Amino acid sequence: MEQFFGAATTIVIGVGGCLLYFFLTNMLLDRIFPASGPNISRNINRANAVRPWLFLFPALILLTLYLVYPLFWSIYLSVMDANGRAFVGMSNYAWMVNDPKFLESMRNNILWLIVVPALSTFFGLLAAALTDRIRWGNFAKAMIFMPMAISFVGASVIWKFVYDFRPEGQNQIGLLNAIVEAFGGAPETWLTHEIVNSFLLMVVLIWIQTGFAMVILSAALRGIPEETVEAAILDGASPLQVFFRIKVPQIWGTILVVWTTITITVLKVFDIVLTMTNGQWGTQVLGNYMYDWLVRGQDSGRASAIAIVIMLLVTPIMIWNIRNARKEMR
Amino acid sequence: MAELKLVNVEKAYGEVKVLKDINLEIQTGELIVFVGPSGCGKSTLLRMIAGLERITGGDFSIDGVRMNDVPPAQRGIAMVFQSYALYPHMTVRDNMAFALKIAKKSAQEIAAAVDKAAKILQLTPYLDRLPKALSGGQRQRVAIGRAIVRDPKVYLFDEPLSNLDAALRVATRIEIAQLKEQMPNSTMIYVTHDQVEAMTLASRIVVLAGGGISQVGTPLELYERPENEFVAQFIGSPAMNLMPGEVVETGATTVVRLANGGMARSAVPTVAGDKGLKVNIGIRPEDLVTATGEAAFTGEVEITEALGEVTLLYFKRQGEAAQVVAKLPGIHAGLRHKTVSLSAEPAKVHLFAEGKSLLYR
Repeated sequence: MEQFFGAATTIVIGVGGCLLYFFLTNMLLDRIFPASGPNISRNINRANAVRPWLFLFPALILLTLYLVYPLFWSIYLSVMDANGRAFVGMSNYAWMVNDPKFLESMRNNILWLIVVPALSTFFGLLAAALTDRIRWGNFAKAMIFMPMAISFVGASVIWKFVYDFRPEGQNQIGLLNAIVEAFGGAPETWLTHEIVNSFLLMVVLIWIQTGFAMVILSAALRGIPEETVEAAILDGASPLQVFFRIKVPQIWGTILVVWTTITITVLKVFDIVLTMTNGQWGTQVLGNYMYDWLVRGQDSGRASAIAIVIMLLVTPIMIWNIRNARKEMR
Repeated sequence: MAELKLVNVEKAYGEVKVLKDINLEIQTGELIVFVGPSGCGKSTLLRMIAGLERITGGDFSIDGVRMNDVPPAQRGIAMVFQSYALYPHMTVRDNMAFALKIAKKSAQEIAAAVDKAAKILQLTPYLDRLPKALSGGQRQRVAIGRAIVRDPKVYLFDEPLSNLDAALRVATRIEIAQLKEQMPNSTMIYVTHDQVEAMTLASRIVVLAGGGISQVGTPLELYERPENEFVAQFIGSPAMNLMPGEVVETGATTVVRLANGGMARSAVPTVAGDKGLKVNIGIRPEDLVTATGEAAFTGEVEITEALGEVTLLYFKRQGEAAQVVAKLPGIHAGLRHKTVSLSAEPAKVHLFAEGKSLLYR
């Protein structure tokens, strides 16, 4: 209850503070450059030039405080020793190149990068196309979208149960092993099988991201002019041809935006691995490895160096993504 | 080479019948125009012929083959949409070639067909452009080219000029007329709400109203001998004047005493039993002339519109009656607020009883 009131107070103060800030600064601006008197047109122009900056100011401050400053601090830490005291040059980066766990993380991240965005987008597109054609489509959509509302940790816990293992002879509480047993197989400790386990972890993220892809792509599909589809039908195209040669090319831009957005999420993947395997049995990824070195390894230098690598990987994709999204808006 | 036949065709959405008792025969080489007020079902009828809407009753056949359940692509039709419906991600060439590619025609065949259509429509310089780099008129020509390439038996046009500006509309209308000249054996069905398009393009016009066919005929038949008041008022602009009255003399020439006190003679013959019949006389604004003797209508001019070649006179409404409009040749701007008497030649006076023309009894 105490926590609830605390949270409520924070929200009220936060939102109220914002409103008060916008209201007061706006009023002040209109006082300084009043929209009346002899200089009315000059005043309005000046006020309009200042106003956007006034409104952007809190956001800019917060971004600087929580993004720009930590970025430079991370760069600084990545060239310092484990405690952030002595300058060690590039040795953290040199360590990385030869560290087998880091290389494993890189390899896994590349696997995630290929598999998750591709399958999420594919299933999302499939779901969007199919749910638009059935009467209970909206219900199906709600079901597919639901995982988006679950936190990564929550989703991981759910799937840990799905993959759960009980020795032979006991009742299987894991869905996967229950199915395997029903078909006469022996239960497996799925999460310890290398390579396979990485894919099992990816399933969790695909399960979550498919809903996101579906919603965006479904909106894009509905934006396609119906006449182009009818024209294609008259031209003799089969439903599959209409889909792949008329519909998909028209939403290609949106597909790319969805794809890259999921790619960025994948590069930051951390919670799922931490919750399910904590990087054991060959499932380590960069995000979790960074966390591992920071918290368990107590080495802010190496952790920061890994963070910088993640950032360098995400940046080009993000720039490309933003450009694509802007092009879509035009 | 296509003869279309619609027998008792109807379209129902659940309980609601939007089209019923559509009976129509279209001969090879005709250009049929469907006109009607918005919501009369003209586009729906066209889409039923195309196969984009299911026919819920009756039979539709092309060249004697029942088409009700034949998929659109196999009906031998091509359609030009109001919004052009070009594939935005394909060049002009690919847009036109799409149907042939789907039909797995050889590359040579496709190139030949596309080049030929492009030449007819003067699109050759634009073949490698995307639709978004074309003007509205060019886009509509590509849409027509896409139809030509398939060499269909029947061309369907769904308000193809509505998205063009006025000048381009006239130019494209003439292009369509020329296209029809070049392809005398192709059958075309054209939907429009613009009666100028209907009058200028059609070999026959189908007037649709209230979910059924009101009249079918050549443009001048509809203009000169409308079957009912709806067609009479729908064709021609401004609309035909209708004035209530009562038959007082029958015979080869019918004399009507009008409710407004005027007298009108009509060349529509009546029989002796028609004496006392309540009728509406119909006179087109352009058929009204200033009366020298007996007048059908006398009233005060409220507004004049001088267009140079003609002057439109809008008379003050008398009681409940509809406003009378006259179109006089030449300039008569000075008639405003004057009282004018009008009459018309008997041959130009139509007679309607209960909405139907007495010509067609």
